[in-house]
Amino acid sequence: MTGNQQSLALLLFGVFVAATLAITTWASRRRQGSPEEFYAGGRLFSPMENGFAIAGDYMSAASFLGISGLIALFGYDGVLYCVGFLVAWLVVLLLVAELVRNCGRFTLADVLAARMSERPVRIAAGVSSVTVCVLYLVAQMVGAGSLVALLLDETGSRARSWTVIGVGTLMVVFVALGGMRATTWIQIVKAVLLMGGAVALTVLVLVRFHGDIDSLLSTAALHSGHGADFLAPGLKYGDGWTARLDFVSLGIALVLGTAGLPHILSRFYTVPTAPAARRSVIWSIGLIGGFYLMTIVLGFGAAAVLGSDAVRSSNAAGNTAVPLLALDLGGGAGSTGGTVLFAIVAAVAFATILAVVAGITLASSASVAHDLYASLSRRKDRSPRSEVAVARVAAVGIGAAAIGLGLLADDLNVAFLVGLAFAAAASANLPVLLYSLFWRRFTTRGAVWSVYGGLVPAVVLVALSPVVSGGPEAIFSGVDFHVFPLQNPGLVSVPLGFLAGWLGTVLSSEGAEDARGHAARHAETEVRALTGAGAA
Amino acid sequence: MDMHNARDAGAARLDDPWYDALASGWGGPDETAAPPPRRARPPAAEEVYTEVHGSAAFQEVRRRYRRFVFPAAAAFLLWYFAYVVAATTAPGMMARPVAGALNVAMVAGLAQFATTFLLTWAYARHARLRRDRVALELRWVTQEMMRGHGR
Repeated sequence: MTGNQQSLALLLFGVFVAATLAITTWASRRRQGSPEEFYAGGRLFSPMENGFAIAGDYMSAASFLGISGLIALFGYDGVLYCVGFLVAWLVVLLLVAELVRNCGRFTLADVLAARMSERPVRIAAGVSSVTVCVLYLVAQMVGAGSLVALLLDETGSRARSWTVIGVGTLMVVFVALGGMRATTWIQIVKAVLLMGGAVALTVLVLVRFHGDIDSLLSTAALHSGHGADFLAPGLKYGDGWTARLDFVSLGIALVLGTAGLPHILSRFYTVPTAPAARRSVIWSIGLIGGFYLMTIVLGFGAAAVLGSDAVRSSNAAGNTAVPLLALDLGGGAGSTGGTVLFAIVAAVAFATILAVVAGITLASSASVAHDLYASLSRRKDRSPRSEVAVARVAAVGIGAAAIGLGLLADDLNVAFLVGLAFAAAASANLPVLLYSLFWRRFTTRGAVWSVYGGLVPAVVLVALSPVVSGGPEAIFSGVDFHVFPLQNPGLVSVPLGFLAGWLGTVLSSEGAEDARGHAARHAETEVRALTGAGAA
Repeated sequence: MDMHNARDAGAARLDDPWYDALASGWGGPDETAAPPPRRARPPAAEEVYTEVHGSAAFQEVRRRYRRFVFPAAAAFLLWYFAYVVAATTAPGMMARPVAGALNVAMVAGLAQFATTFLLTWAYARHARLRRDRVALELRWVTQEMMRGHGR
């Protein structure tokens, strides 16, 4: 990256930071300090605004740079990977969004606490939500560090560390001062920027190939060095049965995990009604689907225009495919067009990380304050306002923890962390959510078992997996205690989460007296979920 | 999640005031036979929800929702996992050319996008036409009943 590109990218990013800080100031000016305002932004966003914010929350830099890079290097297997991220939204749309909007107030635990005995389920759901958030957060922080190193050509660890610290501090400011209102607007701005950048590049790729997709694909296959194999599955995930099973495991985690991500669930509370929540998901499915379709074009475009070898030589994981493609489409290195496009892509990637990080920090601070603190604190004088104060402090604490972990986990594989966060969400959060929305007999013990029965295996299996020990690319490459062959635990831990919930329910002993109350609470959940009666 | 038989306790009772009110298309609790006022708050809320849950109108909404989403969710999950398993275990079949550079794998991948958009549209339409109106009416009726009980 030349000096021109660098300063332009930094300038654009500075403009974005200034704009988001202005949004934060504006949002915090009209704050009343109520939980409604801090966690849910006043609940009056329109479905379109929320749809953009959901898309902004969901599409991380890993999607923008990572998936297109994957396609540029491995062709079809990258497409295979991104399909799961989209199909997952059908689970959200059909089974989760509306019901969760109607039953809950701010967090996942609210939905469970409506039916179950409050303290144990709140603590369990709080613990799993915070775990998922921290995993996801560390992935984003590490990603931010490597992105800067990549785009600014700063290989030194100092630039990386300062980026992690800078991003962390900014997000703490956004969240602690602006709450959900500021976070939402930052995500909307980011989604617009990301879609705009993707559309511009896609149009340029299609213009380059005169709108002929067929010639785009065959040129990509030709320049990839793999020929027709490039357009068929198997280059990345077809390497032996372990790799294949691993991909199936990842697929399960992706499709079922999205509906359990705390920062996605909390977005449904920012709209007034369940139909509005449904319409926001429809907006976001349109945006996310369109974005991944463009990502596919960009990935194959990078392979066709640059060739896979050029992409690989710049970054082994392919993360620079889109920035390099932008440089070429704009007229090549040294040209004004190339410089501008490259800088825009770099700035959009920064903005993306910042927005995603803010969303997750907010969700985890809500879990800490609304679920954990509210259940564990013995103080009698707790008020909604003091809870918000705790949430602000929690945002600072989580931000500091994420910065620390991000600095420690400097060279960790980001994709694995994201996969793990999805697997933990799919194993710990989704089973308990579906059971409590749809199963009449589900009990408190079932809920608690379901959360821990999914969360613990997910984390333990990863600790025993080849990513942590054994191989040359493992975190502890010196020792070998890997017993579990797969990198992603989803294949085992998701069924375990469902099994534990069922087992806990079946083994619950409830008196006849309690059974009547149980049925009544279930009736209440169903009526509220489907009609919106008594919804916050 | 099988044992979800319609709760027989009071399901579709014909003398249910809410059933009548809804069947006639309109009405709050004050227009038809109002439920006897009860004082205690929490049991009252419980009773209201149980009563609405047993009403024919609610069971109809619930049935419509479940009859759409359960088969649809099963179908798209099956279709997605079939796609993933086929791509990982039968790459040869997936590599078969269809037209030009397009092969079976490409067509299947694009079909995943297409079915996702299609099902989104179908669900939204179903919810808008078959559920939203009745659900909203039930919401007001339930809240009116709560108010009646609370007084």
